[in-house]
Amino acid sequence: MSLYGVQKFLYEVNRNPDDQRRYHEGGAVRDELLARYDLNEEELEAIHSGDIGKLYVLGVNGQLLMHFAGLLGVPWADYIQAMRDGVKKYGPVRAGLYAMTTQYDEKVAGV
Amino acid sequence: MSLVFAGVCSHAPGITGRAQMADPKVRDAFYEQFYRMGELMRATQPDAVMVVAAEHFANFFMNNMPAYAVGMADYYEGPIEDPEWLAIERRRVPGNADLSERLIKEIMQTVDVAYAQEWKFDHGIMVPLHFLTPKYDLDVIPVNINCQGPPLTPLHRAWAFGEAIRRACDKVPERIALIGTGGISHWPCTPDSGKVNIEWDRTFMDRWAANDREAMLSYTDMETYRDGGQGGFEIRTFISVAAAARGKGNILFCEPIPIFAVTCTAATMAVE
Repeated sequence: MSLYGVQKFLYEVNRNPDDQRRYHEGGAVRDELLARYDLNEEELEAIHSGDIGKLYVLGVNGQLLMHFAGLLGVPWADYIQAMRDGVKKYGPVRAGLYAMTTQYDEKVAGV
Repeated sequence: MSLVFAGVCSHAPGITGRAQMADPKVRDAFYEQFYRMGELMRATQPDAVMVVAAEHFANFFMNNMPAYAVGMADYYEGPIEDPEWLAIERRRVPGNADLSERLIKEIMQTVDVAYAQEWKFDHGIMVPLHFLTPKYDLDVIPVNINCQGPPLTPLHRAWAFGEAIRRACDKVPERIALIGTGGISHWPCTPDSGKVNIEWDRTFMDRWAANDREAMLSYTDMETYRDGGQGGFEIRTFISVAAAARGKGNILFCEPIPIFAVTCTAATMAVE
């Protein structure tokens, strides 16, 4: 159920400007926002630090992750690289349908 | 009156959002055919366009995921994404709740659909509208098939859904255009983004253009995932359109544009 909690948070923050403001404000306001979700320590840390690579490896659906990266202001090429770096650092994607099937240095679309 | 137009197209956000990163020659050739598809559609003088999309967690999530949903509102909003990221301005898009309700009632005779009186369009609908109805002056009936959160509806049910859409369109006095958007093969939002399986795409589109029901329904989800990526699940929208139109397809464009993350496709199908 824990990955479900991460994805639920991303789904809601992606579509709700108030939640986006709470996330960006940080501190107690962000803690209160995240307390709504069933998250373990690893997931909480990944969300707090905006660790796209870790969230990708945890199995977050790419459609949710892509927009969260957008909210964090991460440019497209950096978003793609962050996922590659995540796999290199934390190992293969652990769940879901969005596993990496290309090689670390294989830039399919040039980025 | 009836269904007056049918077609399918890609909807990847890069098509608009990463336009400047693409090879201008192939990009412009695709845009030309995408706009042409819109001209062909508008020439049939539709009163509304049903867009059968495969949304990406803009409205529907795994807490209560409908296999099929149809919008039933007088207006919608989109895009839900950052307008600068998608390069499509946020706006209100006209709908027609009364027409939606009549269509939904008839579809429900054979397929249990969810209805939604609010709906925020993501790139899955906004990118097609950007090319097909650039003035946003045509009523839109949004339709969704869950292609994101398994378990997914079986392909034969997507066919049955298309048959139900056709029957519903034929029962209303309005002229309806039908657009399916998605796929074909792609591995979006991942480090694989840009990878496509063009042979798989061409085979699928040949089957679609021939309206070969048996061949289109023969894919298992495991095969699609292996050969067409997680984005390949969106063939469901194309299958529904084929079931509704009943005719043969005419492929206007079907070429990979890697930075758009998909084999960019635009095609029409005769309504018979």
